[in-house]
Amino acid sequence: MPTSLTTLSAADLATKLAAGEVSSVEITQAHLDRIEAVDADVHAFLHINEKALETAATIDGQRKAGDKLGPLAGVPIAIKDVLCTLGMPSTAGSRILEGWIPPYDATVVARLRAAGLVPLGKTNMDEFAMGSSTEFSAYGTTHNPWDLDRIPGGSGGGSAAAVAAFEAPIALGSDTGGSIRQPAAVTGSVGVKPTYGGVSRYGAIALASSLDQVGPVSRTVLDAALVHDVIGGWDPRDSTSLKDEWPSFADAARAGARQESLRGLRIGVVKELDAPGFQPGVTQRFHEALALLEGAGAEIVEVSAPNFEYAVAAYYLILPAEASSNLAKFDSVRFGMRVNPVGGGTVEDVMAATREAGFGPEVKRRVILGTYALSAGYYDAYYGSAQKVRTLIQRDFAAAFSQADVLVSPAAPTTAFKIGEKVEDPLAMYLNDVTTIPANLAGIPGMGLPMGLAPEDGLPTGIQIMAPARADDRLYKLGATLERLLEEKWGHTLLSQAPTL
Amino acid sequence: MSEVPPITPDVVRHLAGLSRIALTEPEIEKLTGELGIIIASIEKVSEVATADVPGTSHPIALTNVYRNDVPGRTLTNAEALAGAPDHDGSRFRVTAILGEEQ
Repeated sequence: MPTSLTTLSAADLATKLAAGEVSSVEITQAHLDRIEAVDADVHAFLHINEKALETAATIDGQRKAGDKLGPLAGVPIAIKDVLCTLGMPSTAGSRILEGWIPPYDATVVARLRAAGLVPLGKTNMDEFAMGSSTEFSAYGTTHNPWDLDRIPGGSGGGSAAAVAAFEAPIALGSDTGGSIRQPAAVTGSVGVKPTYGGVSRYGAIALASSLDQVGPVSRTVLDAALVHDVIGGWDPRDSTSLKDEWPSFADAARAGARQESLRGLRIGVVKELDAPGFQPGVTQRFHEALALLEGAGAEIVEVSAPNFEYAVAAYYLILPAEASSNLAKFDSVRFGMRVNPVGGGTVEDVMAATREAGFGPEVKRRVILGTYALSAGYYDAYYGSAQKVRTLIQRDFAAAFSQADVLVSPAAPTTAFKIGEKVEDPLAMYLNDVTTIPANLAGIPGMGLPMGLAPEDGLPTGIQIMAPARADDRLYKLGATLERLLEEKWGHTLLSQAPTL
Repeated sequence: MSEVPPITPDVVRHLAGLSRIALTEPEIEKLTGELGIIIASIEKVSEVATADVPGTSHPIALTNVYRNDVPGRTLTNAEALAGAPDHDGSRFRVTAILGEEQ
């Protein structure tokens, strides 16, 4: 059983730390014990930070000395392995980076450390974040804490499973086409993809640079907001980082949790993402959530986004194209693996042998696809057309946000599927992200949060909230209200219903 | 869309060369089939990508960013070499750049 310290939210742990009721060492030890007890089954972690207790003790010392500490100081956090960390291997789930320890921290990691959070370790993911199930990790699949025979979503299944299994209260993820929101949906946790440029990507191993965004993973909306407040904001080391002054997202979440009425709020339901092909229990819970929001005073309006139909196709041109370019850096020279072909060879031969041995099947598939899409003669037909679709999707969002303050959809079309079920069918795997991809193509923020268990299989379903670019606060405000309304209706949190590991 | 030739093993072999991945023959066979299916499904982008629609390369418009030309903290030689598969203490070490025919 998880102990009381591992079931508490980050916000509650922070309160206890500030009151001197518990130390960071005690909290960190409780989570390390929990990892020791359950991670052989869940496999959320690729690496455990040997210095976690030492860091926790330092924070405890600073608190005793009366130093001014951040709101989450002393709270442990798990970090997706796509993020560079000093002192811990950063593999992005790939064999080609096995054991690689970066010479610098990602900006988001440096900000966590500066705010006194305690890194617990690195979480599992699909190789270079290419996948929706963690089955494409070079280091084995992560298992869904709700049913160990099922996938935890992906690519950030490790971070989602870590919080859902009470191995960490909070975690960091990255979201290129849904890698934070879809795992949240299938594990009953919360995840946010911020506005593109809202959070620095310096030190995040790039997948598709015009789509990638780092964001928080948690069990509560407030916890996600607290993490976002720590990691967000302009970074001179990321040229795509926005210079905006952001409001406190924690304040937005607290205001949302207090809010009794949603009167005056227009919630748009994207017709094309309320699709008849979705699992019945997902659609049922989604409509129940809409009724709950309407009962609280919100105005539900149907909006249409006709070009979303083309989003998955555009995404699977843009992403491989950008990935094939980004992954060219794995050349066996500066970092990572080197494989020398039998009989020797030139640098090019060594590079090709290394990439053959170091990349897994999905990475090879997408690099080859991206190389094809960028080939002379096909560029306009494929990559050029996909960029036009991107414009059309942005226009669809602009029209939708002229009718509604926020948009909602299911966060994933199904509950967690069985491990192995789709691993040999790339197209079926790609369709898992049908609801989340449009937000990445348009750069807008999105949140995935629990909306109940599907009646047919008893597994978590998630709702997605989307807001206009730069209006991330709306996600936290509405998310916290909906979270409270749902938990009042259920009489408990969703994750309290997860089976004992 | 212009006529696109079908994906054949030779096309995949060529792409693998451009991508610097020494695919095995069984991988080339498998990818030939898979890529054909994937490309058939993503070709639909051309249905709505008409000439009057401008492309979007970046979700949020940005202008180029220049920083002040002042030295910052950079990696030391030792830090930069720490993750390299092979080095001589100050430089990355690689095998021959050019083959015999070059």
